[in-house]
Amino acid sequence: MSTSNSSGERIITFGEAVREALAEELRRDETVFMIGEDIAEAGTAFKVLTGLVDEFGPERIMDSPISEAGITGIGVGAAMTGMRPVVDIMFGDFITLTMDQMVNQAAKIHYMSGGKFKVPMVLRTTLGATRRSAAQHSQSLHAWFSHVPGLKVVVPSTPYDAKGLMKAAIRDDNPVAFFEDKMMYQTKGHVPEEEYVIPLGVADIKREGTDITLVATSSMVYVALDAAEMLDEIGISAEVVDPRTTFPLDKQTIIESAKKTSRAIVIDEGYERYGVTAEIASVIADGAFYYLDAPVKRMGAMDVPIPFSPVLEDLTVPTPQSVTDMAKMLTGVV
Amino acid sequence: MDITVKALDEQTRMDMLQRMLDIRYSEEQIQGLFLANLVRGTTHLCDGQEACSVGVAWALKPGDMMTCTYRGHGHALAMGISIKTLMAEMMGKASGCCGGKGGSMHMTDASVGLLGANAIVGAGLPIAVGAALTSQVKGSHHVTVALFGDGAVNIGAFHEALNMAAVWKLPVVFICENNLYGEYSPLHTTTAVENIADRACAYNIPGLIVDGQDVEVVHAHVSAAVERARAGDGPSLVELKTYRYRGHSRTDTGPYRPEGELEAWLQRDPIHILRDRMIEDGQLDAVEFEELQQATERKVAEALEWAKNEPFPLLEAAYQDVYAGGR
Ligand SMILES: Cc1ncc(C[n+]2csc(CCOP(=O)(O)OP(=O)(O)O)c2C)c(N)n1
Ligand SMILES: [Mg+2]
Repeated sequence: MSTSNSSGERIITFGEAVREALAEELRRDETVFMIGEDIAEAGTAFKVLTGLVDEFGPERIMDSPISEAGITGIGVGAAMTGMRPVVDIMFGDFITLTMDQMVNQAAKIHYMSGGKFKVPMVLRTTLGATRRSAAQHSQSLHAWFSHVPGLKVVVPSTPYDAKGLMKAAIRDDNPVAFFEDKMMYQTKGHVPEEEYVIPLGVADIKREGTDITLVATSSMVYVALDAAEMLDEIGISAEVVDPRTTFPLDKQTIIESAKKTSRAIVIDEGYERYGVTAEIASVIADGAFYYLDAPVKRMGAMDVPIPFSPVLEDLTVPTPQSVTDMAKMLTGVV
Repeated sequence: MDITVKALDEQTRMDMLQRMLDIRYSEEQIQGLFLANLVRGTTHLCDGQEACSVGVAWALKPGDMMTCTYRGHGHALAMGISIKTLMAEMMGKASGCCGGKGGSMHMTDASVGLLGANAIVGAGLPIAVGAALTSQVKGSHHVTVALFGDGAVNIGAFHEALNMAAVWKLPVVFICENNLYGEYSPLHTTTAVENIADRACAYNIPGLIVDGQDVEVVHAHVSAAVERARAGDGPSLVELKTYRYRGHSRTDTGPYRPEGELEAWLQRDPIHILRDRMIEDGQLDAVEFEELQQATERKVAEALEWAKNEPFPLLEAAYQDVYAGGR
């Protein structure tokens, strides 16, 4: 269902880009398979995988019981023995149930075995609030995996990035957690027909600017871009840097941008405390200290369980307005 | 366990019928709310399963407790949460049973013994075991029931909970509403046993297979298991065979269901089963039933209108209640 834009480029949705990446890798490498709840006929709760079972069959697009710990463990064991599993965890909130297999097993096996075993698996799941899904279906827990040596974590923001990074994640010889914002599945963008892979650990400058750096991940990239537009109108030029992966983290690109603009705000949808924003802010404070004209600011999800009520939930995530206000404060514009 | 299903008295039947109608009409209105986008997000309705909610709730005594799932509106109403506070919660209003912070999936109220509607499959079972442990320690003779779906029996928490409850003979009853499907997966594609109750033998506890469409049958079996637990003889696993009329959640129309399946289950509608029995026993006539339906429909519609006009929480509420006793 692709369309093209005015320059004739192919435009597809974020969901389609993820599906395309998976399909291409399933086609390319017969050791790749998927396992998860309602991923085959139903194509997942978000319908992102629709059609894959028709092409690859139920042996490679495996519907599982509701057994998150079990399927993650199956992923680990299969990966250790020569397969490249993609384990599908419906909501990011349910990674809590995969923690032992991801943190104590997948992350450590290569190291503990003296490099004898590797675990080339992908855990794909979601993040993001404002879907009115309340406290147990709205969290952005990617910081948890980012904390653990041995794991890599991908937080793509555009269809283009999602596709190229998913292909890299599947080809990587390590366990990779891949977080998709569930509010972004319909987001459209340019994705070329030709094959490409985006290496993990390379940030992308989504918009260039000179007065302030907005480092933003996943859905927050759009919040930052909208804020940049608003700032533009009042003469503040914002640069938007998307790290694309929280580990490996492209420190250099982030630091260079902060050095150039001398101010930075880090925006991420995970809880603010002890989170991704804290890590990246410290990278900037450390690497660009002598260039900074203002303290590095962090904006994350409010440190509360996500409330159901729409009037409350909307307060819990950064918005273009709140980012703009913060940027105005840092640049001394009132 | 020796269980005979006896006819309940007329007043009890009448109360059960009324409560099942409350649930049926509430679910209908809630579906409307979501389809009209007056509430965003998702909802999981239980129409078709009313006899499970009401039969279980009526088997409990004051002080007994329950954990249930996101498909929990019926249980909340059966346990005694009012239609008004349920509707207000559904819309995220301050007067909802959770102050608007829970929503459709998390209806709960300590005052009726509902420890929570859980949106994490299987998570409620060990919590129920913990509540039962409290009762045992305190010698309070309260029983806790854990309600969950057929999909929950394949998650670790199910097995851990049943085993511990059995080993320590805790006053808890595990009640599976087997409605044949997880989200979209039929039971036989995910589960190696045909009857969930067969799992009981692995924990050396009684397993009961029960017609979940007949409220008197549900009530009799759950009562037996609850009283056994209360007497200190430990847990049971009760499987209620039932069916959800609608899809898994708001947007699901149920395309995976074989043709004729829904129609067959509609023939065994829990409300109609009790209605017909009461008519046969001379306790109700068709006109009275019609009036009851209309009155219930009005009552539910009024509750909804009331909830629509209730205020949203104050914005400060977002920060409140993160910690007991404040920060
Ligand atoms: C741990 C966990 N995994 C997956 C889900 C997503 N999910 C929500 S409901 C559901 C199906 C549950 O089916 P069942 O237990 O039979 O209950 P029913 O919906 O039929 O009442 C799934 C997979 C979840 N909420 N929690
Ligand atoms: Mg079910």
